[in-house]
Amino acid sequence: MKIDVKTSKRVARLARIEVLDEQLVDISKELTNIVEFMEQLNEVDISDLKKTIIKSSSQQVDREDKVTDGDYQTEILNNAPDSQAGFFAVTKVIE
Amino acid sequence: MIDIKNLTISEARELLKSKSISAKELTEAYLKRIKSSSKLNAYCLVDEENALKQAAVSDITLKSKTTPSMCGIPIGVKDLFCTKGIKTQAASKILEGFIPSYESTVTQKLWDAGSVMLGKLNMDEFAMGSSNETSVYGPVTSPWRSQDEVSLTPGGSSGGCSAAVAADLCLAAIGTDTGGSIRQPAAFTGIVGLKPTYGRCSRWGVIAFASSLDQAGSLTKTVRDSAIILETISGFDTKDSTSGQHAVPNFEQMLTGDIRKKKIGVPKEYKIDDTPEEIEKLWTDGIAKLSDAGAEIVEISLPHTRYALPTYYVLAPAEASSNLARYDGIRYGKRATISETEGLIELYERSRSEGFGKEVKRRIMLGTYVLSAGFYEAYYIRAQKVRMLIKNDFDTVFSQGIDAILTPTAPSAAFPLGEKIDKSPIEMYLNDIFTVPANLAGLPGISIPSGLDKKGLPLGLQLIGKSWNEGELLNIAYRLEQDTGFNIKPKCWWE
Repeated sequence: MKIDVKTSKRVARLARIEVLDEQLVDISKELTNIVEFMEQLNEVDISDLKKTIIKSSSQQVDREDKVTDGDYQTEILNNAPDSQAGFFAVTKVIE
Repeated sequence: MIDIKNLTISEARELLKSKSISAKELTEAYLKRIKSSSKLNAYCLVDEENALKQAAVSDITLKSKTTPSMCGIPIGVKDLFCTKGIKTQAASKILEGFIPSYESTVTQKLWDAGSVMLGKLNMDEFAMGSSNETSVYGPVTSPWRSQDEVSLTPGGSSGGCSAAVAADLCLAAIGTDTGGSIRQPAAFTGIVGLKPTYGRCSRWGVIAFASSLDQAGSLTKTVRDSAIILETISGFDTKDSTSGQHAVPNFEQMLTGDIRKKKIGVPKEYKIDDTPEEIEKLWTDGIAKLSDAGAEIVEISLPHTRYALPTYYVLAPAEASSNLARYDGIRYGKRATISETEGLIELYERSRSEGFGKEVKRRIMLGTYVLSAGFYEAYYIRAQKVRMLIKNDFDTVFSQGIDAILTPTAPSAAFPLGEKIDKSPIEMYLNDIFTVPANLAGLPGISIPSGLDKKGLPLGLQLIGKSWNEGELLNIAYRLEQDTGFNIKPKCWWE
């Protein structure tokens, strides 16, 4: 499948990555190459396979639903690029 | 002062116990060596104060009757592990200034066992790369050089780990392996690299790349050292529901060297057309050594091998695109500046565009594409199904009595820095051709240094084992290591 400029632009938006228009041709070419490489998988007969989940070889266990950890507001906000009054601060988002 | 060249964990352990050396002296010796290694760029952070503090504690512990398994052993840690109070960036600009307020389970276990952290090791950004050239800190240069003295890659993504161990800048290093990121760098630098079974070590506190494939492991000088570290870092963790509740044996005790009657599978699909003759020969020699040691060699078939790489490059980017969605410039890391007329979306998009490097952006976009409406079934679901077939291939041969599988680790020796990174990404991805299947199937794999090529560069052989059977795998690797007797070190040109 050839990935055109329009598709690349849409994918970049979905991925929340800013891409300049002049970069789109190169990006489309690169993505096309890799996607065509992935398409070798079309040779494989998967018609008999219903399951897609690899079962972990370890037993899944329930745990009691109770709080065991937390209350790190200060520690977490220490890493924030901007915070005010105990909150993450962002640019104004309501018109 | 002790000569730390060629020193192993098992030897250092004895020296520390017998008081021939203190943890402080040993740590200082490494710190000194690290200082004159800037040409390699293996460490992205050295924390002398913390290292000496940990060493002082170890020296007190060493005076008591029972000392933990790694007491006083100085190690390096890949920058992917969160270390409390110590800058952790996954070699990415987007995590600029990030200081974790918690410790990863694997590193905590190492500190509890008395290890000393010398510093954080360079890597490919978010572990995405096979040459350690995508790092925000710049590439790592291998301590190995060919006769023409070109700068070579130490492999990737754990390239800082492999360079540091090979250059004696730590006794061992802790890395991660998602598609070969421990085993390929180990092969490129003449050391041992172990990727345990998926779920053997907790992923808690390890910055996520592809959660169903990521696994922590070790880069060491010997198989014995790998066994010592594995016992220390393994075990169920309530903070990682995918970690296994399997007993952790004393792996070191299982290194008997007796591999008589073990069945070693040699998969015919790993003989690819452009494998260099030297690698073919090395592989044949390895088979002969195991056979001489009493193992039975069986030709096996893993029919879906050729689809492992395309499967991996659908699934790993898909998981990465989801895992890396958390880097939005709001809660931690780098936030971009926007103009007054722009809004939140522009803030996200610009922060991510400025913060992520080229390869990471490429994989996020690929992952987003294969998961997007209209393409999800054709790529992602199909790849998941092929993954099942790849795992079934392994299950079949193991159910037929095969104990371990012997293959080359990588399709070539280390290549020059800059040679592949500027070409097509696929050429770089092809490096992982022999290592990716073990990740897709969740199996343990180990690379053992096995010889040199014509240019004098190390090559490795890989053994793949059964799930939760690292003890047996390590024992076979141990025997191969003993019979190979690889003991060549790179000439020190960087000091």
